[in-house]
Amino acid sequence: MRIRFEKRLAPSPLMTVAVPVVSVILALLFCAAFLALTGRHPFELYFAMLEGALGSAYGLSETTVKAIPLMLCGLGISLAFRMQLWNIGAEGQFYLGAFAATWVPLTFPDLPVFIMLPMMLLLGMAAGALWALGPAYLKVKWRVNEIITTLMLNYVGILLVNYFVYGPWRDPKGFNFPLTAEFPPAALLPTFGGSRIHVGLLLALALVVLFIVIFRNSRWGYEIKVIGSSERAARYAGMDIKRNMLLVMALSGAVCGLAGMTEVSGIAGRLQPGLSPGYGYTAIIVAWLARLNPVAIVLVAGMFGVLQVGGYIVQTFGVPASMVAMIQGAVLFFVIGGEMFANYRVVFPNSKGAEKADE
Amino acid sequence: MLKPIITMRGMYKRFPGVLANDNIDMDIYPGEIHALLGENGSGKSTLMCVLSGLYKPDGGTICVEGEEKRFRSPRDAIACGIGMVHQHFKLVEPFSVAENIAMSGQHGSFMLSTEKMTADIAELGDKYGLAIKPEASVWQLSVGEKQRVEIVRMLYHGSRVLILDEPTAVLTPQEAAEMFKTLRKMAADGCAIVFITHKLNEVYELADRVTVLRGGRVTGVLGRNELDTKKLVWMMVGRDVVSQYERGVMPEGRPVLEVQKAVAFNDMGMYGLKDLSLTINEGEIFGIAGVAGNGQRELAEVITGLRRVADGTIRLYDEDVTNSRPADMIARGVSYVPEDRLGVGLVPELSVLENLLLKSYQQPEFSGRWLLDSKAIKERAAKLVKEYKVKVSSLDQPVKMLSGGHLQRLLLAREIAEKPKLMVVVYPARGLDVGATEAVHRLLLDLKAEKTAVLLISEDLDEIMKLADRVGVLYNGRLVGEFPVEEADIERIGLLMAGSGTEGGEADAYQI
Ligand SMILES: Nc1ncnc2c1ncn2[C@@H]1O[C@H](COP(=O)(O)OP(=O)(O)OP(=O)(O)O)[C@@H](O)[C@H]1O
Ligand SMILES: [Mg+2]
Repeated sequence: MRIRFEKRLAPSPLMTVAVPVVSVILALLFCAAFLALTGRHPFELYFAMLEGALGSAYGLSETTVKAIPLMLCGLGISLAFRMQLWNIGAEGQFYLGAFAATWVPLTFPDLPVFIMLPMMLLLGMAAGALWALGPAYLKVKWRVNEIITTLMLNYVGILLVNYFVYGPWRDPKGFNFPLTAEFPPAALLPTFGGSRIHVGLLLALALVVLFIVIFRNSRWGYEIKVIGSSERAARYAGMDIKRNMLLVMALSGAVCGLAGMTEVSGIAGRLQPGLSPGYGYTAIIVAWLARLNPVAIVLVAGMFGVLQVGGYIVQTFGVPASMVAMIQGAVLFFVIGGEMFANYRVVFPNSKGAEKADE
Repeated sequence: MLKPIITMRGMYKRFPGVLANDNIDMDIYPGEIHALLGENGSGKSTLMCVLSGLYKPDGGTICVEGEEKRFRSPRDAIACGIGMVHQHFKLVEPFSVAENIAMSGQHGSFMLSTEKMTADIAELGDKYGLAIKPEASVWQLSVGEKQRVEIVRMLYHGSRVLILDEPTAVLTPQEAAEMFKTLRKMAADGCAIVFITHKLNEVYELADRVTVLRGGRVTGVLGRNELDTKKLVWMMVGRDVVSQYERGVMPEGRPVLEVQKAVAFNDMGMYGLKDLSLTINEGEIFGIAGVAGNGQRELAEVITGLRRVADGTIRLYDEDVTNSRPADMIARGVSYVPEDRLGVGLVPELSVLENLLLKSYQQPEFSGRWLLDSKAIKERAAKLVKEYKVKVSSLDQPVKMLSGGHLQRLLLAREIAEKPKLMVVVYPARGLDVGATEAVHRLLLDLKAEKTAVLLISEDLDEIMKLADRVGVLYNGRLVGEFPVEEADIERIGLLMAGSGTEGGEADAYQI
């Protein structure tokens, strides 16, 4: 008997949900084997991670705090990916957003809150947009590959921030640490209750709603879809491809810039090196695992938040933090492998030669 | 009596929503050229994909020389000597011809001996009159050359049964004639050849036997001396097809499109159009005859705003629209059925619904400033699919799964629904069955009756003579002759198409 795979007419709806869930479970089992090999009890560790990340108010708050930048960057990235523009530069756009937002309180520390925060928001988004527009312009003008340019600009962005933090913006009262001065209270994003969860969460959720509307039912979302599927057809239909490329990249960068702004203003309260532990990169995985679906991005980002926070917790057990990276990698591996089951169905031939399909 | 090399019995193949092959029996004998005819969507490609191991049948048996076989992949079929050249070629563009040929084989060692392969390929090519260069990269080849590569590839892997899916649809008449010679030679050597076609004249010219499909079933098998057009058409479409249309009176409308001394470059940066001028009036069908590659694509694209003219003017209803953007031309009522249906005219990955929306998504009936009105869109799509008899299993089905003929119907439905003032159609009947061709022709005549100006670019002279009011011959980027259809003479047009009979025709060839 030979099992074979047959392509489905459309990905099965049940499978699109079941496959990621099963894949994540398999990934955890897979990693459990490694953990067991190192002589630990994997399920105890997993339980401790869960408990640490979700079992207390503090854990929940930390998990959400980690998930917010992943959501925002993931959303930003998904926008570009939908048009087959491979914006790998979320990390740089994030830093630029934080950088431009920081400029406001450092230069005008006495602004009232209702001017300060909107200005930081706008500047942060504008800087992220600009950082993405460069590669977009090069692509439109000379077909320069955006993967390379956005990726390289990440390093430029990070080093630019480092330069300012180590140099002109270093806090004179900061004992020579590479930090800017603390922001005045007017430059801090409001948080919920006593937690560290800031209004960035609301912004992310608002964006989710906006994206759903755009992709489901808007003229512009339709254009993005057509351009992403076939540029030649889009041109034939009279769509302005160049304009849309610039627009989509700018918006993608702006959302990543927004992530940087909310992080610096909602969490750090000052600009510092290493503001992002690689959110911009992890968000690529988030967006991909979520199949660019906005709601799924929120869920996957939440899951990655749990992993991150759980990872910190289990370090107290003497487990290296790189375990989190291992689990992330395994999840990606299994989900991509499992995608096959959403797109194909398994057919078991029976003895009589005719074949029965298994849904 | 000769034994069949292939016997297929009771073949079933089901796709979600359609039964593409319904209990088909077919015998193929060595040394015969076997034509497979049938309407669009009747399951010809599907049946042959099953025979060549690309699709798995849901039922039925395939025997090769009396021995039952089950193919798990095209590789298994190739091992049994069955090779297929698909409607859409399956070559890897950046690779060389030799590499492409090597790829699908399973014999030979781990290391490839390039020199030996190259020599073998060249020898095979010589033997059957298939001129190919084994070292060339595939992307450099013309469509005709790519097809030769596909054929040589199958021969190289020892095919004794060669299946060709609509091989002549993409060839110039000269290339087609060359290919027929090759096929005859191969049949004389004992190969069995199955070729799918919609052109009856090719069947008469080439076929030893004909199998006709309709709706996934065999409706008839005829030998060479039983061939009869009326019979064949009946088997294919189940009714008579009109071969001559009422043309109506020669229209006297005002000019819709005026092209004056247009000069344009092709994709390779060489002259595509040279000083081309033409005028089309309301309610007139202007036929452009010519061998493919003489500026047809450039002409269509210049008029629809997809290609810039370097010199000259284009006027639409007396307004200068030279080098307008495609969106402007659409807004002015120019519809376009391009040569490349899948990928330009239609987006393969998107659904029927989304493809029908392509030209109208900005119109107030279907969208506001920002949002689309999905209800209105769905209603219209359902109406169009019904009205133009496009066979789809659902509006959400990706269009790449439609059969060739239904793709074209879908495209025409959308373009005609725009109520165009000017319709540019390129090779409208390519790949269509006789019934669908008639339907398309009627649609074009209906457009004419509604005073639309139609530019009909075709490589099929019969089609032009049947439909057009005036005929122009395109050669080497120029219009080398223009006649009212009553004065047009096939002989003379043929000569003009081949480039003789024009002053400077030969000299021009050097400029390109
Ligand atoms: N991969 C597929 N998935 C789903 N349906 C398919 C697929 N391939 C073909 N079909 C359907 O099966 C039917 C037969 O299609 P097929 O391509 O065999 O027709 P055909 O005779 O080759 O037509 P044409 O002359 O237009 O090429 C059509 O209704 C088509 O829509
Ligand atoms: Mg076909």
